[in-house]
Amino acid sequence: MIRPASEEDLAGVVAGAKGPLSIQGGGTRGFADNAEGERLTTSGITGITLYEPGALTLVARAGTPVEEIRERLARDNQRLPFEPMDHRALLGTTGEPTIGGVVAANISGPRRVMVGAARDYALGLRFVDGRGMVIRNGGRVMKNVTGYDLVKLLSGSYGTLGILTEVSLKVLPKVAASATIVLGGLSDDRAVAAMAAALGSPFEVSGAAHDPGTGETLLRLEGFDESVRYRSERLAELLKPFAPSRMESDADVVAKLWAAIRDVTAFAGKEGDVWRLSVKPSDAPDLVGRSGAKQSLYDWGGGLVWLRCDDGTDLRARLAAFAGHATLIRANAQTRRGLGIFQPEPAPLARISAGLRAQFDPRGILNPGMMG
Amino acid sequence: MEMPKPNPEILLKKARIVSRLQEALYDGAVIHDEAETRAYECDALSAYRCPPLCAVLPSSTEEVSAILKICHEEGVPVVPRGSGTSLAGGALPTADAVILGVARLNAVLETDYPNRFIRVQTGRTNLSVTGAVETDGFFYAPDPSSQLACAIAGNIAMNSGGAHCLKYGVTTNNLLGVTMVLMDGTVVEVGGAHMDAGGIDLLGVICGSEGQLGVVTEATLRILPKPEGARPVLIGYDSNEVAGECVSDIIKAGVLPVAIEFMDRPCIEATEAFAHAGYPMCEALLIIEVEGSPAEIDEQLALIKEIARRHNPVELREAQDADEAARIWLGRKSAFGAMGQINDYMCLDGTIPVSALPYVLRRIGEMSREYGLGVGNVFHAGDGNMHPLILYDANKPGDLELCEAFGADILKLCVEVGGCLTGEHGVGIEKRDLMVVQFTPEDLEAQMRVKDVFDPDWLLNPAKVFPLASSATRRAATGVAA
Repeated sequence: MIRPASEEDLAGVVAGAKGPLSIQGGGTRGFADNAEGERLTTSGITGITLYEPGALTLVARAGTPVEEIRERLARDNQRLPFEPMDHRALLGTTGEPTIGGVVAANISGPRRVMVGAARDYALGLRFVDGRGMVIRNGGRVMKNVTGYDLVKLLSGSYGTLGILTEVSLKVLPKVAASATIVLGGLSDDRAVAAMAAALGSPFEVSGAAHDPGTGETLLRLEGFDESVRYRSERLAELLKPFAPSRMESDADVVAKLWAAIRDVTAFAGKEGDVWRLSVKPSDAPDLVGRSGAKQSLYDWGGGLVWLRCDDGTDLRARLAAFAGHATLIRANAQTRRGLGIFQPEPAPLARISAGLRAQFDPRGILNPGMMG
Repeated sequence: MEMPKPNPEILLKKARIVSRLQEALYDGAVIHDEAETRAYECDALSAYRCPPLCAVLPSSTEEVSAILKICHEEGVPVVPRGSGTSLAGGALPTADAVILGVARLNAVLETDYPNRFIRVQTGRTNLSVTGAVETDGFFYAPDPSSQLACAIAGNIAMNSGGAHCLKYGVTTNNLLGVTMVLMDGTVVEVGGAHMDAGGIDLLGVICGSEGQLGVVTEATLRILPKPEGARPVLIGYDSNEVAGECVSDIIKAGVLPVAIEFMDRPCIEATEAFAHAGYPMCEALLIIEVEGSPAEIDEQLALIKEIARRHNPVELREAQDADEAARIWLGRKSAFGAMGQINDYMCLDGTIPVSALPYVLRRIGEMSREYGLGVGNVFHAGDGNMHPLILYDANKPGDLELCEAFGADILKLCVEVGGCLTGEHGVGIEKRDLMVVQFTPEDLEAQMRVKDVFDPDWLLNPAKVFPLASSATRRAATGVAA
């Protein structure tokens, strides 16, 4: 395992690389397992380099543990708004998730449905491209349209366009209170409709999930005490036609409920392949029906669906054409190779993506084969 | 501002190009008469003008594809144009370029409330997107000042912001998908009604690429439920520093207002004389707006007022009703117009870290005295997006150049303190040559490589974004407008 201690070291390693590199941060998300090559980790390039609570800005080197950032922000009563998922329970991995990994894979949690994804909070970054050049894009300010937005391009590119060395993030204040309305016994169709009604209301729902396993539909509200109380009463009223509800307002209980949704712990330790679907929310129940999955979980009001299927199931073939995409998150090496991690793109887009990879990594050494 | 010399071969074959375009389009969609093409000679950066070879106004994605195919075959540059409201010269033509205006593409294609999106053709104006959904209780969040006129196409090209983006983000955070035509005529669908990219996030780099990667003809936009209500509070201070501290303390306290607007004394005086909004005469004025139910608004404003009082304001006024709220916003919304009454002005758009606000305002004041040109500051304080308005006299020889030099110095200062050249207007031609202040040659090279993939011949929106010297080799290699 190559473990550079600085951006400069990393640039040297890439420039001098003789063959492919398989890139990871803390190695908790399993993505490096999908690329051939010598293992390289950014976990040695660490440290928060700037934090200005009054400007809602934090800058950290890529290998900085997410936990360290969370703790630092908490001391000033702030947080990462996009609530990144922790993959360790689902994948059975160990190690320390890094902020570079979060941005490189655009990892977001339940709050994404209201506040946006990791990529929406990435203000700037530094990375080393496939030539070993250090490149900077974006900055540390919230509004920045100076030049092309390579920050978005690199977020979610899984290291195939460059290896992140530093990210600058917009952060937000923590909330004083949170509550969750729980509806019971809804079919998937009705649950998605209830979540749509909630998300379409002015009550600022910051999480909308449905677990067919427990039959519970969860809707989260966050903010100042009075405001949360008022909005949860109004929302419960609005949802009456769907099902009777109960209210959970103990902060610890609410936090645990949503950590479980975020980390898909309902699937942890259970056999089978795990797929992640990104779809138009109202399409979700039909797709879940067609999938033949053993277990499912709806997040983002139905826009994000987790499926646990029999080993080796070609889910994309089973679903046929649909608007959105299916990513294979957990499977054995043979299935991963056979089906591919990412949904194949239509030809013109695949051509553009391949063209970008060739421009940023002309030797094809950064996580080759991972994204096409 | 230097522009590339037009390619004489293209000028010579104008008749052929026009006739090929006419064959491909409906009658009247090709404007080639010299008197009529003058309507497209500039955008809102009107100091720079150049009539195009011709202008085309397609009515469908298929027509856009046909136009681009022809221009690609003929090697003719294309300048996409929304409503022409760019303050950065983003739609400035060259004499050998075809202007592709999307104004006729203004339909709403689909409204989907359960999934909270609207799909529109991109010639539709920003405000009319909200107009299409507001009776059903929804709105489209990005709200640039020009929202009455500006087109979604231009919003996407420039990744436009607005006063309310502290809470709702800018265009890129509210854009779910596009239909885009590449320079060779290929139509691609990127993104859609789902919430994230399935591969490399192409949508993320398309938004804000200033029309240089493709022509976006349709867009899927996120719409949001309208809040129950909103209320502004007006706070006056006798120093910029204290106002800056107040903003920082509010943010640190955990309140997230939808807007925090800041005006300095020259701006307050000008708008007061123009709009009579009843503003106090002071050094710095903040307009802070919060949203929600009446109870939530009371709760948030109570906290904001408490923090504001700690800094000894000279004025603290909460809107008691809709009329008073409108009066508080009146001055801010007419600030640019008011400054325009006094003088010609140039509006800058640099962003700075909020913590650098007092220092930057002080330096701008010093530079204003050195240059002998007045400057007013009105800006989005919550996110550090400054809008210094430099006053000059367009009829006085040398004044525009002096103003541009002053502007360049302010933007360099923004970069020096950790900010950037442009927060929401875009680079266009205006800030093109300053890009080297913010980026290394390698940084710019990485950006230009993206254009190489989407538009290998460098035909789309020529001479914008990248300094001409940086793009010279590429432009020479493709034989276009050397």
